[in-house]
Amino acid sequence: MIYEGKKKIWADYQKEIPEDHYFYVRSCIRQSFFPASEATFLDITRNKLGKDIFETEHHTTCGGIAYHSDTIPQETVMTIIARQFALMKKYGYENYVCSCITSFGLYCETLETWREYPELQQKIAENLWKSCKLEFAKPKFLVHASDLIFKYRMQIASKSKFKLVNKNTGEPLRVVEHIGCHYSKMFPSKGVGGAEYPYVLVGMVEAWGGQIIDYPERRHCCGFGFRQYLIKGNRGYSVSNTHKKFESMEPFKPDMIITNCPGCPYFLDRWQYVIAETQGKTYGENGHGIPVFTYEEVAGLVMGYDPWDLGLQTHQVSVEPLLDKIGIPYDPAKKYLGRNGKYLGEPQKPHCLK
Amino acid sequence: MIDFGFTVSPSSRINLDEVDKKSFVALSKIEPDVVKCMACGSCSASCTVSQFQPTSVRKAILSLQNGQISQAMDFLKHCMLCGKCTMVCPRGINTRHLIISIQKIYGK
Repeated sequence: MIYEGKKKIWADYQKEIPEDHYFYVRSCIRQSFFPASEATFLDITRNKLGKDIFETEHHTTCGGIAYHSDTIPQETVMTIIARQFALMKKYGYENYVCSCITSFGLYCETLETWREYPELQQKIAENLWKSCKLEFAKPKFLVHASDLIFKYRMQIASKSKFKLVNKNTGEPLRVVEHIGCHYSKMFPSKGVGGAEYPYVLVGMVEAWGGQIIDYPERRHCCGFGFRQYLIKGNRGYSVSNTHKKFESMEPFKPDMIITNCPGCPYFLDRWQYVIAETQGKTYGENGHGIPVFTYEEVAGLVMGYDPWDLGLQTHQVSVEPLLDKIGIPYDPAKKYLGRNGKYLGEPQKPHCLK
Repeated sequence: MIDFGFTVSPSSRINLDEVDKKSFVALSKIEPDVVKCMACGSCSASCTVSQFQPTSVRKAILSLQNGQISQAMDFLKHCMLCGKCTMVCPRGINTRHLIISIQKIYGK
């Protein structure tokens, strides 16, 4: 990657991220896609770094998927969001951190809309009081969970047991970073590093010893795109997007992919299986795919968490070759055992993808 | 192979490192204004033919820069050289003359 120009861009897009005291909201879909990521985030921030991250079971979806699928109107979404913010105030917090990129983009969009149209904000505040008897509030600081891990990246590095380095060659791992579209493409000033070359994941990878690789379709969408996937007839469009990205990154021989969005790791991971089964093509070494991780999973790996406690057995692309490359120990016999040693069942082996 | 009910479409990705730029450099020498185009689309909007046929100077210039020569020529083959696009171009590009030069360099 050519750093000079990017450093100038990164210097122009810095956002203020408070050190502590956050109200945390989860994603609707991450807990089924990558079940340990959010738990790992909370464990690292609360127990390893000693931060005050509060969450309540009373928060709901932000309504983003329904909104972006054109099934509910914007005012409904705004009232749902106003309720989330009101809960934050009710529990005595001013800083809001969300796990989901779709939510983050929608919160940014909503706050900007309220700033632009104060009368609409007033109407939403009335709707909120009528429906929930909650007092309207706005967060002082809105950040995404990856912003927080970015802020804590050096603290995580200081507690790390492993680095993103190939133990056999001593070379940094070649890492592709993929940012969710709604992180900063809509509001570049709300993301760390702007929209063109966001720094948020680059900073983590650099701090943990890896090397970011640049490739032509770096900023291309993962292919999720809501209706492109949600409507089955459009899924060819979705997988074609992902295929385009993999064709573009393949010559640069990436060891792994790190993402900060709920949908991106899912589609970059699962579509590798579909591409393998329909095209007979795999993009990793020796018939394997390129493993795709959330930033919490990567943080957990460098801090020495057990890979199976991080939920890496739920990935489509096998992670063992990368674990071997870094030198992270794992017990293959425990791969499909749950926390209490209960057998979870094994998925059927794919034909093409190892 | 498994039939999922949907398939991967051929990639539309353009590798600019593999595009032969010699002809576009030659065009730029006799028509230096070609690089001034900001793709506003005024030429296409004002084009009489574009209401009936896929004709666009803007798309033709973009296609030439991307090395898609035959696609670029398709965007110009119905041009009647009426010159309306020249009159509306905010960058003052003599698009009519540019189209003739493109035909001279890229035309068969």
